[in-house]
This record gives sequence, structure tokens and C-alpha cells, in this order.
Amino acid sequence: MKINPWASPLLIGAVALIFCSTLRAKEVQLLNVSYDPTREFYQDYNRAFTKYWKEKTGETVTVRQSHGGSGKQARSVIDGLEADVVTLALAYDIDAIAERGKLLGVKWQTQFPRNSAPYTSTIVFLVRKGNPKGVQDWDDLVKPGVSVITPNPKTSGGARWNYLAAWGFALKKYGNDAQKAKEFVRQLYKNVPVLDSGARGAMTTFAQRGIGDVFISWENEAYLASAELGKDKFEMVVPALSILAEPPVAVVEKVAQRHGTETVAKAYLEYLYSLEGQKIAAKHYYRPREKGAWASSPVSFAELKLFTVEEFGGWQKAHNTHFSDGGIFDQIYKP
Amino acid sequence: MTESRFIRYLLLSVALLFLGLFLFVPLATVFTRALEKGGDVYWEAIRNPDTWSAIRLTVLASVIAVLLNLIFGVAAAWAIAKFDFIGKNILISLIDLPFAVSPVVSGLIYVLLFGLQGVWGPWLLEHNIKIIFAVPGIVLATTFVTFPFVARELIPLLQAQGTEEEEAAVVLGANGWQTFWKVTLPNMKWGLLYGLILTNARAMGEFGAVSVVSGHIRGETNTIPLHVEILYNEYNYAAAFAVASLLAALALVTLAIKSYVEWKSEL
Repeated sequence: MKINPWASPLLIGAVALIFCSTLRAKEVQLLNVSYDPTREFYQDYNRAFTKYWKEKTGETVTVRQSHGGSGKQARSVIDGLEADVVTLALAYDIDAIAERGKLLGVKWQTQFPRNSAPYTSTIVFLVRKGNPKGVQDWDDLVKPGVSVITPNPKTSGGARWNYLAAWGFALKKYGNDAQKAKEFVRQLYKNVPVLDSGARGAMTTFAQRGIGDVFISWENEAYLASAELGKDKFEMVVPALSILAEPPVAVVEKVAQRHGTETVAKAYLEYLYSLEGQKIAAKHYYRPREKGAWASSPVSFAELKLFTVEEFGGWQKAHNTHFSDGGIFDQIYKP
Repeated sequence: MTESRFIRYLLLSVALLFLGLFLFVPLATVFTRALEKGGDVYWEAIRNPDTWSAIRLTVLASVIAVLLNLIFGVAAAWAIAKFDFIGKNILISLIDLPFAVSPVVSGLIYVLLFGLQGVWGPWLLEHNIKIIFAVPGIVLATTFVTFPFVARELIPLLQAQGTEEEEAAVVLGANGWQTFWKVTLPNMKWGLLYGLILTNARAMGEFGAVSVVSGHIRGETNTIPLHVEILYNEYNYAAAFAVASLLAALALVTLAIKSYVEWKSEL
């Protein structure tokens, strides 16, 4: 075999060229680092925002997306994933970016109205068609023989909402007796055969692999899964009491400053609060803050009593008590 | 053969059953599920710009990994097989390291080095150099996990061939370069090609290490395997399997080339 000694430098040159062309970027770019269930929503929203921004300023903005488990995404941003904005599942994850990454101020949650959460959701149950186990409320999840699917609250943001919703229900039921609430949640997790690491993985376990009788889920995710995977397979059960899930958004100040994208990043998140943004959120089964946008949803959101994470003294406190190493979740869940 | 026909057929059918169950059935499933919703959906999934960008990135990372492995693998194998030096065994162990550690750990190594909280992170940021969550990180991770293939393939080959031919060349007045180009390289060309094919196969299919350093930016830092996962997680099963079938097809082509090389080298 004869190798032309000029071949390899040429090849390397060619490769370098491809390299440069992928790195080159001219128009305004934003990177939105988000969590799993928002993929479809932001695909729609980005299109609307691009159009709005073009009309308003004449600038062409391209929004790139990255999705994954909320905690993992926060970790990536801390490690240098250059997000101009983050739209995550819970405030704790953005707190982590503020504290460990020092990429935005600790008071970030006052950047935008309503706790920087432009849309909300809640935690509901998805059961198999006909509801064979007769699940109506949180009480039914601790019954023996009911198999419950929920992801691991140590790794999944959605699972933390699930856990706190169950805990909040138990507190109400037992008149704020924390010991009894702990016992209730322990019973619930005894009924969980497998803890997936993220909400989408847990959904696949329930829907595709057919494991479990009840899937505790974000309301928006439950609607989406019913629409995508067939309405004839699942039914949604809304408990009488649940938690108000507030997925927050924030501009990652340090990164946006370096990219020179502060203005457009801020406008991008502000537009979520506009009627147009709210309507898109509603269309993707999120509960918009603006009541006027509720009619844009293909579903009618059920009325239920909602409590917030403030019941637990905010995310920092909830995290330290329940989800930190050696916290209550570690005490009650022994695989 | 002393075994009875019964034993032979039994062994043969066990092997075939095993192959069928664990190889052909899953492979067939990938292709049938990919075409489940018809050819249009299939082409739509392949023609999608995000799929194209994933293909481009995968090919780019594989090409660079193959080139770097060509250079480093040959250099390392040549040094180890043809020369004696202190620390040779340590070098051999080091070459095997990427096989021994989990791909996820391989990825994490780069996050710990180049990440913002990592050793060189702040310096890189200051100079506006992006390594992880960008194309260079993916190339690095791919190169790392494929590092042993070429060297591991060549070392036993070169050792078996011994150093007589090279010594003869030197005695006849050849310099180092001439010895390498005219004696060593022709002797190892098939082994080298085989190693490069394996490198390429692994590079295109790598998931773990690349997943850690990718950042999963759609249309930018997703390779084909990562793109498959994303589509699957979006309940877009037909598209996920369509792209997966593309990866499977690439693997089959690689396999065909590998068989051809093996056949040629035995002639």
C-alpha cells in the first residue's frame, strides 16, 4: 500500500475547514436550556418569538434548545453549557446555578413577575383505561396491591413535585402530623417497583413497558402522553388536593453579558407573559397565569385545591429536609 | 471430527438460535419499526435538518478520531513492538485504560478538566475557547474511547513479525523513515486497516462519553446516537427508529468492509 505523504495534511485541512464552518455564527443566537416535558412547547414558542422579535426590531434571532432532566441540565450549565436563559422544572435547580456557578444573582426569582414562573402545572395521576384499581385520590396510592410509577426525586425535578404533593396531602389529612405524613409517604414509595431517573423515562416505563397501575405525573405531561400515545389507553385522575408546580425561568446573567444577548434574552422570557406566549403555553397543556388564555387550551383544566412549595418553607428548606443526602427520602426509601 | 452428528447439529442450532434471538430479531425490529408508518415518515425523519446535523457531527467526529488514532496508534504500536525502553509496560497499560473505564467516566474526565468548575475552565473562558458542550469536546471524548483499537490491533502483529526485516533494511542503508515506509508499514497495512475500521464503528456508535460532554443542543452538539434518544423521548418512535436504522445500516456497511479486509488480508 502506498500512502501519499501529502494526503494527511490535506485531509486535516479539510477537516479544519468543516470545523470552522460549524463554529461560525452571525445572527443573534440564544440557547435555552430546559427540562424534558417542554420540548414541544418551546418548539412552538420559539417560532412565535422569532417572528415577534423580527417584526419589533428587524433582528433575526435563532433559539437553540437543549433538553434533559432538570437537575442534570442545571449541572451542565454550572459546568459551562452556555445557556443564555434557563427554563427549568423547579427553583432549586436555578438556585444551584446561582450558588455554585455564580452565573446569576441569588435574587433571580424577582427578575420576572409571579415568582418568575410564567406558567404553572400541577401533579395528577394517569391510570390505565377503565381505572381497574379504582384510583381516585392520594389515599388510594398507599393501598396494598397498587403499583405506582414515579421517578427518583433525587434526580428528577418532576419527581420532587410528586413527592411534595403526596407529603402535602398527608399533612392535611393527619392535621400537620409530620410523623404520620412520613409514614404515609413511606407506604406510597413501598408501592413503587422502579424509580426511573427522569420523568420521560418513567413515562416510558408506564406507557411502553406496561409496568404499574398509576403514574404520578405533571398534568401537562399526562395530557401530552394521552394525546401522543392514544386516548383509548389511559385515563387521567385529578386528586382533590395537589401542589401548584411553578417551573421557573431566568436569564443567566453572566453568560448573556458575555454573549451580548441580555436584551433579547430578557425579551424572550418576558414574551412568555404576553397573551400570545400564554396561549402557546395553554396549547401545550400548561396552566397559563393569564386566565384569558385558558380557553386556548385543547383541554379544560380541572378545578382542584392547590398548595405551593411555601408550605414547606421554600425549595431550599424542602431540599435540605427531604432530598439531601440522609434526608427524609433517604430514610424512607430502601430499595 | 470425532463428535457425533447429533452433537454437531445441537451446537450449531444453539449458536444459530442465540444469534437469531439476540442479533437478527432486534435488528429486524429496528428496520420494521422504522418503516412502520410508511416510507414518507421515514424520509421525513432522515431529511430533517437536525438529523442531518447529527449525521454531519458524527461523521466529523469519526473522521477526526480515525485520523488521530492512525497517527497515535501507529506511533505507539511501533515504539512498543520494535523498541525496548523503560516504562514500556506502563505505556501498554495506559493504552488499555479507555477500555477499562466506563465511557461515562471518560466523559466526566473532560468535564472535570475543561468544565467551568474544572481545572482549566476559567482560563478557557477568559480566552473564549469552547471545549466541552461543543464540537471539540465530542471529538475528544470520541477519540479517547476509541484510542486502544489501532494500537491493540497492531502491537501483537508487529511483535509476531519481529525486527529482522527492519534490521536488514537498516543494514542495507535505509534510514528510519525509509524503514518505516518501505518495510514496517506494508507489513502491517491490513492490521492497521482493520483497527481503523473498528475505531470508526465504535466512534459512530459511542453514546455514554459523548452524552456527558455534549450538552444536547439540538442541531448542534447531538450525534446520531444522542439524536435517537431525543426522538425516542419525544414519543417520536417512528423517527427514532428511522435514525437508528441509519446507524444500523452504517454498522452493516462497516461490517461488510471489515469482512472484505479480513478476506483480502488472508489471500
